[in-house]
Amino acid sequence: MRRQDGIWNRLDWVLIAVFFILVILGWLNIYAVVYDAEQEQNIFSFDLNSGKQLIWIAGSLVIIIAIMILDYKFFDSFAYYIYAIVLVLLVLVLIVGTEIAGNQSWFVFGPVRLQPSEFAKFATALAVAKYFSSNNVRLDQFKGQIKSSLFVLVPMGLIIMQGDAGTALVFISFILVYYREGLPSFYVITGLSAAIIFILTLLVDQMYLTIGVIVLATIIIVINNKRLKNIGITILVAVLVIGVIQSVDYVISDVLKPHQQNRLKALVNPDADPLGYGWNVTQSKIAIGSGGTFGKGFLEGTQTKFDFVPEQSTDFIFCTIGEEHGWAGSFVLIILFLVLMVRIIVVAERQKSNFARIYGYAVAGIFFFHFGINIGMTIGLFPVAGIPLPFFSYGGSSLWSFTILLFVLIKLDAHRMQVLTR
Amino acid sequence: MIENRKYIIQILIIVVGIVFLVKLFSIQVLDSRYKLAAENNVINKVVQYPYRGLILDRNNKIIVHNTPVYDIMVVPKEVEVQDTTAFCNLLDITEEEFQSKIQKAKEYSYIKQSLFYPQLSNEEFAKIQTRLVEYQGFYPVARTVRKYPEPILANGLGYIGEVSKRKLERDTTNYYKQGDFIGISGIEAAYEEELRGKRGVKYKLVNVRGIEKGSFNDGKFDTLSVPGNNLVSTIDLELQKYAEYLMDDKVGSIVAIEPSTGEILAFVNSPSYDPNLLAGRNYSKNFGELNKDTLKPLFNRPIMAQYRPGSVFKLVQSLIALQEGVIVPSTRIVCNRGIINCHGSHTKEDLHGAIKYSCNPYFYQTFKRIIQQDKVEGMNKDARVGLTTWNNYLSDFGFGRKLGIDIPNENTGLVPGPTYYDYYYQKDHWNFYTIYSLSIGEGELLTTPLQVANFASILANRGFYIRPHMVKGIDTPDSYYKLEYDRQDTGIDSVHFTTVVDAMGEIVDGTARVARVKDIQIAGKTGTVQNKNSFDHSAFMAFAPKDNPQIAISVYVENAGWGGGVAAAITGLLIEKYIKGEVASNRAWVENYVMTKAYLNNL
Repeated sequence: MRRQDGIWNRLDWVLIAVFFILVILGWLNIYAVVYDAEQEQNIFSFDLNSGKQLIWIAGSLVIIIAIMILDYKFFDSFAYYIYAIVLVLLVLVLIVGTEIAGNQSWFVFGPVRLQPSEFAKFATALAVAKYFSSNNVRLDQFKGQIKSSLFVLVPMGLIIMQGDAGTALVFISFILVYYREGLPSFYVITGLSAAIIFILTLLVDQMYLTIGVIVLATIIIVINNKRLKNIGITILVAVLVIGVIQSVDYVISDVLKPHQQNRLKALVNPDADPLGYGWNVTQSKIAIGSGGTFGKGFLEGTQTKFDFVPEQSTDFIFCTIGEEHGWAGSFVLIILFLVLMVRIIVVAERQKSNFARIYGYAVAGIFFFHFGINIGMTIGLFPVAGIPLPFFSYGGSSLWSFTILLFVLIKLDAHRMQVLTR
Repeated sequence: MIENRKYIIQILIIVVGIVFLVKLFSIQVLDSRYKLAAENNVINKVVQYPYRGLILDRNNKIIVHNTPVYDIMVVPKEVEVQDTTAFCNLLDITEEEFQSKIQKAKEYSYIKQSLFYPQLSNEEFAKIQTRLVEYQGFYPVARTVRKYPEPILANGLGYIGEVSKRKLERDTTNYYKQGDFIGISGIEAAYEEELRGKRGVKYKLVNVRGIEKGSFNDGKFDTLSVPGNNLVSTIDLELQKYAEYLMDDKVGSIVAIEPSTGEILAFVNSPSYDPNLLAGRNYSKNFGELNKDTLKPLFNRPIMAQYRPGSVFKLVQSLIALQEGVIVPSTRIVCNRGIINCHGSHTKEDLHGAIKYSCNPYFYQTFKRIIQQDKVEGMNKDARVGLTTWNNYLSDFGFGRKLGIDIPNENTGLVPGPTYYDYYYQKDHWNFYTIYSLSIGEGELLTTPLQVANFASILANRGFYIRPHMVKGIDTPDSYYKLEYDRQDTGIDSVHFTTVVDAMGEIVDGTARVARVKDIQIAGKTGTVQNKNSFDHSAFMAFAPKDNPQIAISVYVENAGWGGGVAAAITGLLIEKYIKGEVASNRAWVENYVMTKAYLNNL
């Protein structure tokens, strides 16, 4: 052991470099959104979002230092406590929280607003990692599947109760962790199939789909009629699929809220009502599309500047990049994120402790879902869901939560050689 | 197996990234739709409509000016109307109209202004102005429409209207855009390019709420609107007003010309209409009604109506015959009523007497001498030569062709020539006896009131005319320039005019006594247009004073009896009004005579 080596030399500088590049680009980009050529503005002014974001960035530096100073075993040891505290906060926020933009998910202390659901991702990642690493969880068995999934489903349920479906959606990202840790492919395939069928139902008449499934099942039975068991399974699957198809109407009109229904409609056909529910997606695509190959230049965007794109500082921040920096800028940004996520997986895979590896996958999954859903919705590939783009969207809670997620992994990674393998 | 999953997950992440890059490439690089949509989003093109030029009378009194009207514009995104009924009452529209107007605006643009309710007058707008601000999303925008202080000269001025699709397509200069106004008839159409001015455009950046965020590219592409030029017309507003008053309840026309310049002093169509009817938002409704009116107020009689000239033509025959040398002033011809009838008691007059008594046989013979000059062998061939000569003279007088007045839709009238008769009778199968009714201005001949007034002008000038026109100068912001109109000589020696004009002078003392004005010598000629199945048209042509003439005039009143009656009376009144400034009180009976007869019953 070369314990005398400073932590400085054991840090993963690739992740840290990508982190700082993204944070600085994000900060400049927030300035671009609020920039108004007619007013004298200072990027550091605390009246502007860019100035405020700078405070959040400074805060995250403090957090980084704190994480580095803490003993690396703290996260393993206190994983359940942190998880428990966050769960309590999630319940509390339902009772005494403040409703902002339809979501009962904020604590307000004077000028500071805190969103516990942002930290629930981190806490859940720790708890899941802890659970998998300290118990011999058999993910190929039904009992293990149920037990372990509760760690994710409980906070997810509480967040749905707050009305924040977007953040809750991110918890689905834990399926990557479960998949990596041995969840049978059957679940993933079933889930994906259900999602595909669901989307197909939005595009094609239910009647035709039902007929199509029956015809397909009949063909399979006729070709493959050797064994009774196969016929039984085929019929069962067909009935299930038809059930999903027939339930779509119910899900859409009774389970989803009207604005969520509209977001689905906007995804399928944004041109049907470009001024109504299609507005966000249409304007977002106009802003990004108008950027062309090389963009209009820093601070030169018109669509984002003149408020055509809604929520442009937060959820639709990617529009500013697309408009001002064009495809070239979008390319750089996406490549940076891909480097970040793939690097996280590489780092996770080199961990000696299961805890650190599983935690790393959780981080990768969370970043992946934020990245995929956020950019996907701005270019019309995913329904509009209010979740931030890591390091780019304006806001302290999200910046801090992503910083914590990432740097706890960096911290664990720095100490990977000190772990006693069990 | 499980170990492979780390690769599957990494591949999944990279695939999503690639999908994004491909999709971004398609919307950012390949698809140009979004760039256009972005420009439409942020660049608001504000058209600055120029002020259309004014039209002034010859004494710089305003005939046409502009008045502000208010278009109510709507931005659908901002509309907030709690009480639709109250709002509808404000503009006097139904709720269905309200909904359909909003729907139409939405279809155009959700965030840009479009027309909601057009052209509220100043008074109407004043009434609702304070209430309108209570409703969000509605904005008044001022523009101007034509306004006529006096409801006169409608057919001469013409009107303006929205440019039609067909005109837009044919507009090679690309000046006009949909929604622009363009002169459609009369002076408005003829002088469109002077009057219209130049449209200005401002490109403004707007945010999502339509709020301006400065000019596009620092106003590099902005242009200022340039007001149209003012026109100085030849019309005498007072004379025009009086002439229209006299033509009240009559069908017909008046054209008065200043002989020395060709300037049209009065240009009356009757019945006419208030030109204000065709300015403003009721344009189409009013136009429809005027168009359906059986008395045809839109038919521009002074230049479009064609009448047989009748006795007026005897003056033309006289002049041609004198010039051709086939008669001299002292030539006497027996009033032989065998072939062609006559009126009054006279037997054998010289030219002076023949004009004075309007002797038909005299001009029958005169015309025969013009046509049959024995220049070539064979009667039919000779008639062709004679008629050709005669045609040439008539063309010099401005008959049978457009005079070239400066407003559109002028008719030519009809002067039949050899080819005309060839068509009906075959070549050389006609001669003088086929065409003799031309001698007294009957037969196929047709003239417009303008041509007859112009002929009066020729007589006044003793041999020439200046192309008649309604606009004499253009007043630009920097300068005034006078329009030049060409002079046309008839080729008839002025000495011959003396004979004819002298005889005309006596007509007012004889058959057209009603036209007589104290201290003003009027040279005139009656021209009764005979109609087969209804009352004759009363026509009179004159100029005055006989020496040093100031006004030449032709008056047509349809179905109002003989020329020495109402038409002569109107001519006298107008001459008096123009030269003396007002009609003497002892001639009130003439005005009374003109105004009390119900000629419309004769139609």
